[in-house]
Amino acid sequence: MNPEISAEMVVASLRLMAPETFLAVYALFLAVLGAFVGDRGARALSTLTALVLVVAAVGSVIYAPLERTEAFNGAIVVDPLTAWAKGGLLLLAAFAVQMASVVFARDGSARFEYPLLVTLAALGMCIMIGANDLITMYLGIELNALAAYVLAAFRRDDSRSSEAGLKYFVLSAISSGLLLYGASLVYGFTGAVRFADIAAAADPDNVGLIFGLVFVLCGLAFKISAAPFHMWAPDVYEGAPAPVTAFFATASKIAGVILMARILMEPFGDLHDRWVQVISVIAGVSMIVGSLGALVQTNLRRLMAYSSIANIGYVLMALAAGSQLGVQAALLYLALYLPVTLAMFAGILALRRQGEDLERIGDLSGLARNHPFMATCFTMLLFSLAGVPPLVGFFGKLAAFQATLDAGLVVLAIVGALATVVSAAYYLRIIKVMWFDEPVARMEPAGPTLAVTLAAGTVLSFPVLVVLLGPLETAVRAMSALYGP
Amino acid sequence: MELPWLSMLAFLPLAGAILIVLARLAFSAGGGDTAARWIALVATLATAALSIHVASLVDLDRPDFQLVERVPWFAGLEYHVGIDGISLPLVLLTTLLMPLCILASWRSIDRQVSLYMALFLVLETLIIGVFIALDLFLFYVFFEGGLIPMFIIIGIWGGARRVYAAFKFFLYTLLGSVLMLVAMVAMALDAGTTDITALMDHGFAPALQTWLWLAFFASFAVKMPMWPVHTWLPDAHVEAPTAGSVILAAVLLKLGGYGFIRFSLPMFPDASELFAPLVFALSVIAIVYASLVAFRQTDVKKLIAYSSVAHMGFVTMGLFAGNEQGVQGAMFQMVSHGIISAALFLCVGVVYDRMHTREIAAYGGLVHRMPVYATVFLLFTMANIGLPGTSGFVGEFLTMLGAFEANAWVAVGAALGVILSAMYGLTLYRRMVFGEVTNPAVSGMGDLSVREVTVFLPLVVAAIVLGIYPSLVLDVTAPAVAAVVERVAGFGS
Repeated sequence: MNPEISAEMVVASLRLMAPETFLAVYALFLAVLGAFVGDRGARALSTLTALVLVVAAVGSVIYAPLERTEAFNGAIVVDPLTAWAKGGLLLLAAFAVQMASVVFARDGSARFEYPLLVTLAALGMCIMIGANDLITMYLGIELNALAAYVLAAFRRDDSRSSEAGLKYFVLSAISSGLLLYGASLVYGFTGAVRFADIAAAADPDNVGLIFGLVFVLCGLAFKISAAPFHMWAPDVYEGAPAPVTAFFATASKIAGVILMARILMEPFGDLHDRWVQVISVIAGVSMIVGSLGALVQTNLRRLMAYSSIANIGYVLMALAAGSQLGVQAALLYLALYLPVTLAMFAGILALRRQGEDLERIGDLSGLARNHPFMATCFTMLLFSLAGVPPLVGFFGKLAAFQATLDAGLVVLAIVGALATVVSAAYYLRIIKVMWFDEPVARMEPAGPTLAVTLAAGTVLSFPVLVVLLGPLETAVRAMSALYGP
Repeated sequence: MELPWLSMLAFLPLAGAILIVLARLAFSAGGGDTAARWIALVATLATAALSIHVASLVDLDRPDFQLVERVPWFAGLEYHVGIDGISLPLVLLTTLLMPLCILASWRSIDRQVSLYMALFLVLETLIIGVFIALDLFLFYVFFEGGLIPMFIIIGIWGGARRVYAAFKFFLYTLLGSVLMLVAMVAMALDAGTTDITALMDHGFAPALQTWLWLAFFASFAVKMPMWPVHTWLPDAHVEAPTAGSVILAAVLLKLGGYGFIRFSLPMFPDASELFAPLVFALSVIAIVYASLVAFRQTDVKKLIAYSSVAHMGFVTMGLFAGNEQGVQGAMFQMVSHGIISAALFLCVGVVYDRMHTREIAAYGGLVHRMPVYATVFLLFTMANIGLPGTSGFVGEFLTMLGAFEANAWVAVGAALGVILSAMYGLTLYRRMVFGEVTNPAVSGMGDLSVREVTVFLPLVVAAIVLGIYPSLVLDVTAPAVAAVVERVAGFGS
């Protein structure tokens, strides 16, 4: 097939990718503008960027085609799922920019590069989500990753931040290598880079292809910090500036999971019985490592890193089902889990005492006595993460269990259930410190941005149910319907 | 239009909790405390009144669910509630005990009062929800949700080892429950519905039933609690505040029994028959072992906690006898134990508020100082032992009758427990109430106050009335229990 390249096709494709085009142009504009304005205008640029990201998010959702449409001769796909996913991640990116602007202004390290880098990272994620062939996929991943390395090392005077950036870079480069090697194997054994063509040529008995698939999956597992490729996560979560961590912990997960789902379901959909073992093992190990690893943490952000490893385990458990139900459960899980995580980070960022950020769990001692509002919010969020009903985390887990058992993966579901109990133990430990221990000095009051984010996330952790969960579930079902019955 | 009575009943306490939070925001700390106490009392009393109204609406001759409300929720789940002869007594037990709990904590809870009262009201909503839920996952939501307020109540207002107890309570019960959750998902997938009434008629394949039964057993056995997974109970009880112990013993322990009778027996009859000997064995061990352990306790709350384990053994034994006497007896025993254990913990609370110790040895000679208290305590000790004429007798007698039909040796073992319960019960009473006053602190103690008498009076009346006229409960439960027994088809005999 010889792809035709004509001016009309390019214009039509760019229009279809309006959010990405918009962001790309804006990023270039921002780079120039930033060079003129410098760091003094960082705050204003951050606000502008947050607005732009919100506009792009809304635009992505509003101009979403109702069915699957391809751009650039099938290199990129746009459909309701990608549109909503982009909307969600751009919104989270906007929060990350806004939260960072508050935090950086507080300690006087505001720089205009920050909004620029977040925009570029978000653009990379959008491309990951829309990727419909191996090359676009890699392009998106690398665009995102290159911006992410710098973001992780953003506090360049802080040795921990530099260490986080370097660690992230080295390990991520290895995983990109794995991914690329896998992709080349897949290409070599199927002669195709388009997902649809790979699917047509995929032969379940082709060992080379399976090898390639496994490498690709390992590379992707690294990006979403699934065990046993999770080593970077605790260090990066701890070392990177907190708003950056919040960005990694939320927006990146959307992009990674959607890409993973697409790779599993589209090019390799027929090879389910081959990859189900790989994904099951990654899911199971993630849940176990995430739960057990968090038990011994004393640093809040390291704990959140392990918590995200465990939670990705549940998402992968749902994906392991290899069915529409599985994709649906994974999406629902993410949609419920990410606002809670974002609010958790807003809460962590809001905690300051005598100009110092709080980092250790012990610093929360007796929070309930001095700051009942924050303690209540935290408690609800933590119970939600632990999956205790009636909070929304439970409904995500329920959906994941449904998908897994429907596919007959009983052992995996039981591992997941037991990991829930272990993870409850460390969430409870934080709650214990806040409610049962003796209070220490009061915190500084949280700024409005952080307080509102925290409160909003908490409200969302209640099943504001009937009103929100129903439509959300319907939407998720419609999106995942693209992945067959 | 018919009012959604059950939803109103379930969510009225929650509304009270919200009101308390608002009051806390509106008043300064001190004023908020008083307001919180009164709001909680009024809310629980209103709930109690509403529950009596609900009871009057239920047609007691029908075995099916009534006052059903059904609204689609999401993902195929439904908000589906209803009440029948099995849930009604337990709902009433909850709603009628709650005001007493609030009164019992009136003075003894003196810090973070608003939070305490609000949590209790939330807990009441969740417990009522468990008993009326007719959707599998709605049941689970209420069932597990209760852990959150209970965890915080034990953890903040408990005794010295409260954190340990709170963790043990939470993690033990969660472990049991998540396995049940997996089983519930498997059931919903197998039957294609989450409607509890439809699931009862589904008829699961015997092989599947075995696994499902075990998973549910893991959850309910921990909640019950059955030997050997009972060890969280003494810790949680000892460290919980008085009202917390009351709710724990009187109501939360019934969730396990309710689960068995609502799920395990009617939905997995084959597996229930298969595992009945196991349950019998564990029940008899629980009855005998827990009674012996109770005898050796030096802490009065621990003693009563172990006695609860023993009495719950009668419930499981009766349930899995699978015949009408057994199941009816188990239902009655649950209600009766709810009243008696509540009263016993309140009795301990009365002296604990005065002396701040739970050591049995620190007391002695209370009868000289507190004659009214001694009388009340005597009545409930006797009821706990199962003296004829009190409600304790009826439950133990019926469950043993049922068990005797199923397996005579089981009844023999259980009867041994009755003797042992007299042993530890009377010893406790002798050491605390009779004898000379040895501890000078005891000589300064006053008898029951008006508030305390108000708390005990309804319990005294209930224990005696139900002992003399057990049909009050048995007639209510009979049609629904008969329906359950029919599904089980008396396998034990």
